[in-house]
Amino acid sequence: MAFTYSEKVMDHFANPRNVGEIENADGIGEVGNSKCGDIMKMYLKIEGNVLVDVKFKTFGCGAAIATSSMATELIKGKTIDEALKLTNKAVMEALDGLPPVKVHCSVLAEQAIKAAISDYYKKQGIDPTPIVGDIGDCDHCDHCE
Amino acid sequence: MREIYADNAATTKLSPVVLEKMMPYLTEVYGNPSSLYGIGQEAKNAVETARANIAKNLGASNPNEIYFTSGGSESDNWALKGVCERLKSKGKKHIITTKFEHHAILHTCKALEKQGFEVTYLDVYEDGIVKPEDVEKAIREDTAIVSVMYANNEIGTIQPIAEIGKICRAHKVLFHTDAVQAAGYVKINVVEENIDLLSMTAHKIHGPKGCGLLYIRKGILINNLIEGGAQERNKRAGTENIAGIVGLDAALQIAVDTMEERCKKLCALRDKLIDGLLQIPKSRLNGSREKRLPSNVNMCFEGIEGESLLLRLEMNGISASSGSACTSGSLDPSHVLLAIGLPHEIAHGSTRMTFDESTTEEDIDYILEVVPKIVKLLRDMSPLWEKIKDK
Repeated sequence: MAFTYSEKVMDHFANPRNVGEIENADGIGEVGNSKCGDIMKMYLKIEGNVLVDVKFKTFGCGAAIATSSMATELIKGKTIDEALKLTNKAVMEALDGLPPVKVHCSVLAEQAIKAAISDYYKKQGIDPTPIVGDIGDCDHCDHCE
Repeated sequence: MREIYADNAATTKLSPVVLEKMMPYLTEVYGNPSSLYGIGQEAKNAVETARANIAKNLGASNPNEIYFTSGGSESDNWALKGVCERLKSKGKKHIITTKFEHHAILHTCKALEKQGFEVTYLDVYEDGIVKPEDVEKAIREDTAIVSVMYANNEIGTIQPIAEIGKICRAHKVLFHTDAVQAAGYVKINVVEENIDLLSMTAHKIHGPKGCGLLYIRKGILINNLIEGGAQERNKRAGTENIAGIVGLDAALQIAVDTMEERCKKLCALRDKLIDGLLQIPKSRLNGSREKRLPSNVNMCFEGIEGESLLLRLEMNGISASSGSACTSGSLDPSHVLLAIGLPHEIAHGSTRMTFDESTTEEDIDYILEVVPKIVKLLRDMSPLWEKIKDK
């Protein structure tokens, strides 16, 4: 169990950064489903073009909580463009790797950020698709099948 | 920090008394029981003494009905493959088992399905108990064997083995039970319960890993699983694991001798823990409370995921297990919890704690102090919990 996770994963699991909600968030994204055992919800506070605050809530395994926590750290204070460039691979690398069966957790983290930014654009009356692109749909992920 | 080992259904600590009995056979008495000289014959005597004593403790009428194996998985594989492959030529091609068997049975059934056998997987209902009448209804002309576990490894529910045995005997169908979890906690008598084949293993009852047995009632036709030398009366090849066999016998003897008092104590601790954990809102006990192994507590806490709970338990010195998938490397929730009808999202939030005689009331108090805090912490960060908490 614990030994299959890196020290960084365990640190972010035991002391998750940026847990919680943002009141009147500018963008909220929720991905995953309870059937597969992971739900990530990301809250963004955006000023100008910058993510001035990021918070998350996650239902899921140790890797799901750790990737959420790391992802929020990596995008907090960054611009929207920079946040959109964050890949699941970058999250994994920042955590010193994940067991193969947990890679999908990092994908969820990337998707949660994109979903929250899409929500922000929708609230602005802007079509997010050309900017954010295809977020990917958890229901079509083969991990649960 | 207090350290609590609460995963005795996974494996147990080797008893020092058992180790002491094993030691001569790991050191001086290293002979091969098939050899005719002194240390060979001494080893052979140890095996046969253990066989006779184990037969007595399982209620078998003849020591030669006990066949030593490498453990529960081999015994389960042998029982099903050995019987089914033998009876195939007699037109038998149907197996009856349950949805919540150990994978040693379920995956063996899958392998036999590929060979053309049909398998009926019986329901186990919400309480995790097989209905004997379902067994009777499922029996067909071509049924080769019925296999129902004595007690479930995840939720600890004890099955009506004697009733099922009676039905199978009346219909002249062979009956196998995987008693890996039940042995040492439940009085077993293979003759009285009409059990034809029974699997058990040493390491769940403070014996060594790597040694188990298959009881095969005299006269039952069964193919070999392991071919080779003439050991175990030509039925199971391989030089005997003498120390393991001696350890298995010693462990079972201690378990039988201490059963009544030990189980009484364990039941009291188990019930205290269940009562305490049920105080947590939206928690549930999985499986029947009454027909349950004295050592087993299996709970679900809605809105949280099992692995996170386990990791937090470990951070607090508690070694437990989860039916949740994440630990086993697959992402599906426990097949046992799905079999008792839990929806996926609740089945993901399970934890199993299994105790032994070293568990104290203080341990239970500590668990009851720690678990509610962990559940609250995880729920506070769970987007699922905010949706379901007021429902």
